[in-house]
Amino acid sequence: MLPEKDDLNKVQQTQPPTRHTKQKKAGGSPSGKPLKTGNNNVAGYLFISPFLIGFLGLTLFPILYSLYLSFTDFDLMGTPHWIGLDNYVRMFTNDPMYWKAMKVTFFYAGIAVPFRLVFALLVALALNKVVEMVGLYRTLLYLPSVVGGSIAVSIMWRQLFGNDGAVNSILSMLGFPTHSWLGDPDTAIWTLILLYGWQFGSSMLIFLAGLRNIPKTYYEASSVDGAGPIRQFFIITLPLLTPVILFNTIMQVIQGFMAFTPSFVVTNGGPVNSTLLYVLYMYRRAFEYFDMGYASAMAWVMLVIIAIFTALIFKSSEHWVHYESDSK
Amino acid sequence: MKNNKTKKTIQHVLMALFSMIMIYPLAWMVSSSLKESSQVFVDAYSLIPEELHFENYIVGWQGFAGITFGKFFINSTIISVVATVGSIASSTIIAYGFARIKFAGKRIWFVCMMATMMLPFEMVMIPQYIMFNKFGWIDTYLPLILPTFFGIPFFIFLIMQFIRTIPRELDEAAKIDGCNSFDIFIRVIVPLVVPAMMTSAIFSFYWRWDDFMGPLIYLSTPEKYPVSLALKLFSDPNSVTNWGAMFAMSTLSILPIFIIFFIFQRYIVEGISSSGMKA
Repeated sequence: MLPEKDDLNKVQQTQPPTRHTKQKKAGGSPSGKPLKTGNNNVAGYLFISPFLIGFLGLTLFPILYSLYLSFTDFDLMGTPHWIGLDNYVRMFTNDPMYWKAMKVTFFYAGIAVPFRLVFALLVALALNKVVEMVGLYRTLLYLPSVVGGSIAVSIMWRQLFGNDGAVNSILSMLGFPTHSWLGDPDTAIWTLILLYGWQFGSSMLIFLAGLRNIPKTYYEASSVDGAGPIRQFFIITLPLLTPVILFNTIMQVIQGFMAFTPSFVVTNGGPVNSTLLYVLYMYRRAFEYFDMGYASAMAWVMLVIIAIFTALIFKSSEHWVHYESDSK
Repeated sequence: MKNNKTKKTIQHVLMALFSMIMIYPLAWMVSSSLKESSQVFVDAYSLIPEELHFENYIVGWQGFAGITFGKFFINSTIISVVATVGSIASSTIIAYGFARIKFAGKRIWFVCMMATMMLPFEMVMIPQYIMFNKFGWIDTYLPLILPTFFGIPFFIFLIMQFIRTIPRELDEAAKIDGCNSFDIFIRVIVPLVVPAMMTSAIFSFYWRWDDFMGPLIYLSTPEKYPVSLALKLFSDPNSVTNWGAMFAMSTLSILPIFIIFFIFQRYIVEGISSSGMKA
């Protein structure tokens, strides 16, 4: 068994270089100027031209424009007028609402993102163990995420946790006291966290695909060595899943920080701003107070925060992400 | 052997129970849509309506301000379909350029594309709004549709990954037969990347159908509202009295997503598993 595998590895390792050299020879220098597949700039730029136009006009320019706006006072009517760092100063020193939104968002993202990821991983592990009817369970568990982005779900969530909604109704049926989930500043944010966690489906599918890619032989070998399921999880599953975990974490952190619809529809930021997510406050500044300069400054601070987080996750990943290729 | 069987049964019971809890909120929404309005919040946990009140759907369909939900559904369909066609056509063209053609500066533009993929929409929302406002595009569908014609980075990436699995020998053969890049794209690549295009199209449709923030910012005339925005207005907690009708329209609004999901499940699951797309 083992020598065979080694042989396979050798073959795989040696094949690419030979192919490479062959190609080089074929395309190489026998007749001075070869069939060299050179650059085709015209065709290349023609094909990516929609992206170029969109990127320059709808991403790069707007981003720079937003940076400029963040140093101005602009109410959409007149012309932006330069006020230097005033927006940033006001934000950090003279706007308690801003800090509230920041605090709520960090709390939300800090709990909701790990909650969703851990939940998704646990469900994926369970699904990976089930042999029959996996398709059915997978479909059922993915359904909440399929419809999750829609406004109907946020509306439904609002009624579900309403005073006479189904959650309280179940609680009172089971003999527990009911609670004003959305009316209590301490619990309102948790209903949003739960909504986020409930839509664990796509993270779960990604984890499941990752689990399927782990060679069965690893488990067989380790159980010969006497490793139990828990030990196997920590020495095989988790390390081999780290690239997927990294990817999921980064995408979810960005999504978590940028959440808007749930707080807008389910709680509208209330009660007493306990669910005032950052983007909701930014939306209000921009489109209710028409304070475009201030809202742009808010967007930039958020971008910097997300960039720092992403960079930190990437940097730390050197220590905890294992790629199969460099493990041997 | 027997032990194994009981283990399996326990597994299935737990899995079924868990799935049921997860599905409960959706089932609750559908069942509430069939309850009489005054009954919705009596024994609210119950999933079984005492009588089936299909008239909720008829009443809800009337909409508000004299505009029926039929109009909102047509609006949503127009926006979603046009935006989807635009985003898939452009993304496929761009993906081919990145995946198969060598040109100066490709690396830099590719990095820009990947960076755009990570950039949240919220970052460009305000400057884009100001731009489109200057163009006089507010309260039209242009801001919702036009940007999709410049490619969606997620789809570009997904289709690129797919193109990479197509053997280059096919391109070479076509080239020898006298095809230029454009012919190769149309005759060789496009027919082979249809599955990736389908996956992208499904996601595009979902996102456009569910899009809430875009219409919220750009549209002001109720006749132009898509379902998402209309539903939010319809369900305003201060004005709703007919809960049955509200749940009926909520249910209808996610019906297209359900239908597409059940028809194209395979593409969706594969698409997510291989690319890590959000849904």
